Amino acid sequence: MADTATATPQVKEPLFGKKERRLITDPLNDNNPITVQVLGICSALAVTTQIVPSFVMAIAVIFVCAFSNLTTSIIRNHIPKQIRMIVQLVIIATLVTVVELVLKAFNYPIYKQLSVFIGLIITNCIIMGRLEAFALANKPWRSFLDGIGNGLGYGAILLLVAAIRELTGKGALVGIPIFPQSFYDAGYFNNNLMVLPASALLVIGVLIWIQRAWNPKLVDVS
Amino acid sequence: MSTTKVIIFSLIMTSISAFILAGLFYATAPMAKKGEEVFNKRAILGAVKNYVDDYENLTDDQVLSIFDEIDQIAIDMKGNTLKDIQADKVDLAQERKKPEADRILPFFKYTTGGKSYYILSTRGKGLWDDIWGYIALESDLRTIAGASFDHKGETPGLGAEIKDNESFSANFIGKTIYDLDGTYNPVMVAKGPAKPNTNTVDGISGATITGDGVGDMVVKWLEYYEPYLDKIKSDSKIGMK
Repeated sequence: MADTATATPQVKEPLFGKKERRLITDPLNDNNPITVQVLGICSALAVTTQIVPSFVMAIAVIFVCAFSNLTTSIIRNHIPKQIRMIVQLVIIATLVTVVELVLKAFNYPIYKQLSVFIGLIITNCIIMGRLEAFALANKPWRSFLDGIGNGLGYGAILLLVAAIRELTGKGALVGIPIFPQSFYDAGYFNNNLMVLPASALLVIGVLIWIQRAWNPKLVDVS
Repeated sequence: MSTTKVIIFSLIMTSISAFILAGLFYATAPMAKKGEEVFNKRAILGAVKNYVDDYENLTDDQVLSIFDEIDQIAIDMKGNTLKDIQADKVDLAQERKKPEADRILPFFKYTTGGKSYYILSTRGKGLWDDIWGYIALESDLRTIAGASFDHKGETPGLGAEIKDNESFSANFIGKTIYDLDGTYNPVMVAKGPAKPNTNTVDGISGATITGDGVGDMVVKWLEYYEPYLDKIKSDSKIGMK
């Protein structure tokens, strides 16, 4: 994050240099907002019973995260310090309402299904976290990429958790039944626990465990 | 930064935000309204889904055109027809807040292949929030031809099964709301599995309160329709023994 501060006489920054690519790829693994920073857990628990709503939620968060980062970064030198956070909230709330209105107009059933959770994107800690930690100190294009990266990192975990929960809890993926009837006749049961929010916490916990076992960079050496 | 600047900044900022949102709201309002209309009408048709061709794959426009063919009547609690009110505009959430005697009921008659189905609306309370449902009656006005339920916030996997689990609503088919002698004796939701040969449907294990809510609302709201159903019966001699 500090690397842009070294403002040497600006040569044209590449549009997709190594640093820019890292802005997208870092949040997918090494710096994932859910499994590493442990932010945005609340919505990850609530909407991940099925893949389709999780997917819509992920798109919404990517959009809000990217454009709130972009907007904040563009006006970052004009935002009065005293009301910095309020300004950020206005930007986020505006974008979230845009998402809500668009979704309501174009896909009413999904809007109904996600109901209150779209509005709650406003309180998603990932978004405000990125504004504070990145957009206030970086140029618009890089902030935009950072927003997309973090949105993707959030969305990837959301979809993974949703896939696991829908498969084990409802025996389906994207609403299509996976297990043949003969499984159920033979005594297989859908696990009702997986549909309840508590199970999302278990799944995310296990994902964090697996990720840490597999990625040595994340192991605390304290 | 001086206070004036802060105030000017916030004024400009909030004005821009308000302008964008107001514009978008008015631009999307017609589509959102259509979306809501289709959503509600699709739910009402859900009660007669076995008699609608390819219900699962109906497009929005098909839902609206099927609904155009449906006779809809708004009635009051005494069974009088209210000419000025459109039944599909009646909001049961609002009606439920009124005193019982003032409530307005939507009534739909779906006709296909020479047979008519009467769709009655119900609304009540589940464990966490409102639940509602549509019950379709056969033309004898006592046998249930189909049912569909929905809810605002029941627990997924438990109470939400009234919507998600097709077999819950399917179990209502063939149950009755009147005995053969005309006594009001509507279908009940059992605790656990329904006993055979009774006028009950299986409850949902782990969702007794939601199940009771469904039972209560069905009993209460179908009775609201009794004066009107009696009128239809005496007009056409249906179901008179």
